[in-house]
Amino acid sequence: MQVFDLEAEGLRALNSSLHELNGSTEPGRWEIVNPKGSHAIAVGLDAPIEVTVKGSTGYYCAGMNKQATVNVHGSVGPGVAENMMSGAVIVEGDASQYAGATGRGGLLVIKGNASSRCGISMKGIDIVVHGNIGHMSAFMAQAGNLVVCGDAGDALGDSLYEARLFVRGSVKSLGADCIEKELRPEHIEILKDLLARSGADAKPEEFKRYGSARQLYNFDVDNVGAY
Amino acid sequence: MCGIVGLFIKDKTLEPRLGELLTEMLITMTDRGPDSAGIAIYGNSAGNNIKLTVQSDNAEQDFATLAADLGAAIDTVVSLRRRDSHAVLELPADKSAAARQAIAELRSGMRVMSDGDTIEIYKEVGLPADVAARFDLSSMSGTHGIGHTRMATESAVTTEGAHPFSTGADQCLVHNGSLSNHNSLRRKLIREGMRIESQNDTEVGASYLSWKMQNGASLGEALESSLEDLDGFFTFVVGTKDGFGVVRDPIACKPAVMAETDQYVAFGSEYRALVNLPGIEDAKVWEPEPATVYFWSH
Repeated sequence: MQVFDLEAEGLRALNSSLHELNGSTEPGRWEIVNPKGSHAIAVGLDAPIEVTVKGSTGYYCAGMNKQATVNVHGSVGPGVAENMMSGAVIVEGDASQYAGATGRGGLLVIKGNASSRCGISMKGIDIVVHGNIGHMSAFMAQAGNLVVCGDAGDALGDSLYEARLFVRGSVKSLGADCIEKELRPEHIEILKDLLARSGADAKPEEFKRYGSARQLYNFDVDNVGAY
Repeated sequence: MCGIVGLFIKDKTLEPRLGELLTEMLITMTDRGPDSAGIAIYGNSAGNNIKLTVQSDNAEQDFATLAADLGAAIDTVVSLRRRDSHAVLELPADKSAAARQAIAELRSGMRVMSDGDTIEIYKEVGLPADVAARFDLSSMSGTHGIGHTRMATESAVTTEGAHPFSTGADQCLVHNGSLSNHNSLRRKLIREGMRIESQNDTEVGASYLSWKMQNGASLGEALESSLEDLDGFFTFVVGTKDGFGVVRDPIACKPAVMAETDQYVAFGSEYRALVNLPGIEDAKVWEPEPATVYFWSH
């Protein structure tokens, strides 16, 4: 295992060392110590490696991730795993705003709480939050699954497209065009898989499903107030 | 973008290190706000006196005989302690209003930054490290303090556009964000008799809080009503004689992180600003909720 001291060696050296592995099929293990809230740690990875960050990070940790598994033993700042393509990002603590924004694939697990705009404009990523999420989460979400074991804040799923939202606790309010939908057997299967893969202690049957009412897809003058 | 830091000491043994800890936090926030910086520090009580912190671009000349001139003008004894472009004047509390008026007449280029029993405000244009060095910020001790690094968006990079802004005796405000209704609100507040000196949006926010409190609101109530009346983005940190408060607008896109241990409560725009505080590894760290007023006091 490679140990990298971020404070001593700097961010550019870290990310360029990790980028040298891009395209390789060799598994490898890296440990990053002294992150001290730095921004853009382990962004743009594209190799089946495992990276562990020992501490909390700032903005954009593990952004644009492909293939790699990034574990953060701490909390993360805004924009963790932004635009993730594949692989996994696991956060042991909390996440600040817009976790997993625009993500196209892979799995993002937040074992604490996520704040506002979690999964905004998600396009295929799976996000599992063990705690609560803040307001305006899954705004304009297009595809993928957002699973919340705790509660959701205001305006969940506003202007939602086809992403599936599963919430076990309360939802403070639903956003425009987001409605509760029936939890069918295929959704139970999706939940079973995601809960198992993310180590969440919850039963699929306890969740409610929310999705798009599909009333805002095409312009209708009766909906003008909601656009 | 701007940076805010705040430190509220619970454990008295940490009070001598307030300036040192705040300085490091402030400098870490340089890339959020490299154009000017300022701090409000709550230090020793002035006892029966009041402290007026004043600033001058021409400090050498303006401060040379200021204590004597002001003392003669308002018929009392005034002491003066200079720190670079700022000076702290101590004078009897009941002479505060007379002193402000006399200062305006004696030294037209001088600005009053703050007044109160314990507060001192220092702010200047320049990199946070340079501003901190000019005032020897790291040597200061106190019960709590708030710092700000500014990246100007709404008005020019000037000393009076830097934060913190005084909102009343022993009170101040720092702001990350931008207010979009500050012009109409400024006109309204001026009609109500408030004095607003710059084109800066935060000064309007500070004046709004002062106006609310002059009309009977507590600081907490004034902050609650700011959520209704101020349009725009804001994370505010307010300092009071006893502690500090935090409020974020309902959208809450301006970042904020809090940390609490048995020794202190700390605020940072980013976690980075908090990483070198003692015992941060075991601190309770969280993000303040939107549209919620938080207060810590002694």
